[in-house]
Amino acid sequence: MQKHFPVSPSHSAVNVDVVTSPGGLRFWLVPSYAVPLVSLEFAIRGGAAQDPAEKAGLGALTAGLLDEGAGELDSQAFHRALDEKAVEMSFHCDRDHSGGRMRTLIKNLDRAAELLRLAVNAPRFDEEPFERVREHLNARLRHDANDPGTLANRNWKAKSFPHHPYGQPADGTLETLARIERADLVDAARRGMARDQLMIAVVGAIGEKDAAALVDKAFADLPAKAKLKPVAEAAFAGLGAIEKIDLDVPQSTIRFGRPALKRDDPDFIASVVAAHVLGGSGNMTSRLFREVREKRGLAYTVFGTFYSLDHGAYFYGGTTTKNERARESFDVASAEIRDVALNGLSKEELEKGKTYLIGSYPLRFDTSAKIASQLVHIQLERRAPEWLVERNREIGAVTMESVKRAAHRAFGDGSLHTTVVGRPEGF
Amino acid sequence: MTSSASTAPHVVNFTLANGLDVVVIPDHRAPVVTHMVWYRNGAADDPPGKSGIAHFLEHLMFKGTKRHPKGAFSEFISEVGGMENAFTGNDFTAYFQQIAKQHLKACMAFEADRMTGLILTDDIVAPERDVVLEERRMHCDSDPGAQLGEAVQAALFTHHPYGIPVIGWGREIEGLNREDALAYYRRFYTPENAILVVAGDVEPDEARALAEETYGKIKPRGAKPERIRPAEPPTVANRLVTVADDKVEQPGWQRHYLAPSARTAREGEAEALEMLAHLLGGGQTSFLYRTLVIKEKLVVSAWSYYHGAALDESRFIAHMTPAPGVTLEALDKAFDRALARFVEDGFDAGDLERAKTRLVADAIYARDSQSDLARWYGSSLAIGQTMRDVEEWPARMERVSAEDVIQAARGWLVHKPAVTGHLTPLVDEAA
Repeated sequence: MQKHFPVSPSHSAVNVDVVTSPGGLRFWLVPSYAVPLVSLEFAIRGGAAQDPAEKAGLGALTAGLLDEGAGELDSQAFHRALDEKAVEMSFHCDRDHSGGRMRTLIKNLDRAAELLRLAVNAPRFDEEPFERVREHLNARLRHDANDPGTLANRNWKAKSFPHHPYGQPADGTLETLARIERADLVDAARRGMARDQLMIAVVGAIGEKDAAALVDKAFADLPAKAKLKPVAEAAFAGLGAIEKIDLDVPQSTIRFGRPALKRDDPDFIASVVAAHVLGGSGNMTSRLFREVREKRGLAYTVFGTFYSLDHGAYFYGGTTTKNERARESFDVASAEIRDVALNGLSKEELEKGKTYLIGSYPLRFDTSAKIASQLVHIQLERRAPEWLVERNREIGAVTMESVKRAAHRAFGDGSLHTTVVGRPEGF
Repeated sequence: MTSSASTAPHVVNFTLANGLDVVVIPDHRAPVVTHMVWYRNGAADDPPGKSGIAHFLEHLMFKGTKRHPKGAFSEFISEVGGMENAFTGNDFTAYFQQIAKQHLKACMAFEADRMTGLILTDDIVAPERDVVLEERRMHCDSDPGAQLGEAVQAALFTHHPYGIPVIGWGREIEGLNREDALAYYRRFYTPENAILVVAGDVEPDEARALAEETYGKIKPRGAKPERIRPAEPPTVANRLVTVADDKVEQPGWQRHYLAPSARTAREGEAEALEMLAHLLGGGQTSFLYRTLVIKEKLVVSAWSYYHGAALDESRFIAHMTPAPGVTLEALDKAFDRALARFVEDGFDAGDLERAKTRLVADAIYARDSQSDLARWYGSSLAIGQTMRDVEEWPARMERVSAEDVIQAARGWLVHKPAVTGHLTPLVDEAA
């Protein structure tokens, strides 16, 4: 029996002001006074793609040291200063950008802004925290050294994007981290932290004037232009290949993928709908979930989704199945991918997929921090605030024809590059 | 109807005629609601020999009812762009959805329906049992760290079911069947045993009317199901549990102490333990971090955690990662030394002040997330705490004194029997 439910209104509850500060910085602002706090998120283009191959992890290490002492404050003094006012601050490095987030009670805004300014403009990179944080990253690498998911992921990326930064692990290796010197950190921060690559969102109990003052205090003194090295388009390798990594575990961890459409491709949005129906994360009605998990009990997790980066795009999916049935699991998943590639979606699948993607969009905006993060994400995708509404309009406009064309272009003949970790039977 | 304003403004609670407890947390910032149902039963209520049944049933709750065939509820949530999930703990099982507000009633109707209408057949139960076994293989059987965690728990709780993993032991999961699931379902899935939490863009009166129209129709059973669990006997034994595996390249160290939970503690004791965990090992300004990471450079990370949110006697935990070349045996001593110094020398008034600032701020930060608030209320009520317990928590933390913290450390940690866990690479002695 097919039931119909009213589609949730696609209106966005988020009202974004695009503000230019007196210092000349553009940022997106969402005033929201229900809770007396402010969330700020920022991103700077560059990221791990700027890491030299022999010093992979440089961006991650640099980001990890921004809150480990700045200005007059050494590491302990800086952390104590954060604690005194309950200011939360963290920094990260993604593949195409690095960034950070800060959250504070509105009453502590001035101190929070000052601490953010110090971290962004005057990190000390002292010897003690440098060695400590590097050792911490080393420990994490050793901890994950034989983790099946980490092994599969690292191998798959390295073999899919050889000779490209996307094939390098963003958190480096024991060898590459060991090669990094303090001068590298200073250089990375000086070259990368600049106003022309900066994206900012501020959300919370704050008006335009105060938000602009916060943004200027933290970022206005940064150099005008970043010195980024050009990054080539990432060519995809390994289609049709299956690599096996032997590990003495009862399950086989399978990761697979192939090249896909980039964000600026006219069929991109239609391909996102196709991937959602195929194996969207959290989609308990997806084809892969139904065929691999529900019908056959082959796995607890199974997924497939697109990653669209600045210099390449790919489909990436996987599942984890006991060794004896690993081949069956892989074959079932591959067959579904081929089917979507060849035949697209059914009318019903398309409509349901669209309704879900449209209706679930507001759920990404239910806390100040999540709103700030989404707004920076949209800026990183080089889109305007109108995207908050346009996104759902574009999804709504996907047709049977466009989704079939997009699926065919994105999944091609359905061939995959695959890595299997474990003791799989049948491979 | 009671209402309070200390942690979240205008939180309202009431009980329906059939015994279902309801909490409403209004938050009108976005046209979204979080809808959760918490059952006051978890893995620690699994019958002997049937470990994993609470968690297995949680999976089976998605398999359809008399009124709604398998997948209909999930399809509905998916079609309206909602999110859903469920989780099982030692003391509770919870189901939640996040949806646009106009779908709240339909969502309530589905959830109320599966409180009593579940239908299970063998051809549905069997593949789902395989899914759970794969879940176990993935999270436990392929990861030496997780295997150590299970062994440490089993050593700490020798008799109480907190010693059994929530997902269950593999051999017992293999034996679970339809009858086990239904028997457990009939015993615990009742209005008297459930707590409904609705957070988001809804007024309490409206939520109440909707709850009465849906959940209110379920017949009461007359009494809450009883949770009968054996008590953990006192012990004087220290235990060392070791997992050596050739997949381990980074050794790890942990220690677990028995400690009262928020339910079993004397007044103020759980708060003192919480503060102790914060001052001893809560972040980079904590005592363990300053002493063992920064000063002595014996470890690269150190943290401690107090698990107060439990029905029965619970645990206090410390974890450390050794620096290269430092043995786990050296960490046994280093931790004891650090703990002794913490108790003898105490800490600065400023440390306690900063910890309190942080905890009070956390209560405000929590108000930014309707689903976090819903979780906080739901999990607290599910272990038998009251609305007042939840709302007065920041005020009670403010009252913790330095003396209370030291007393808690002396009372539960210093020279107390504990389980120490060592995760090490496999060294071939013969080689």
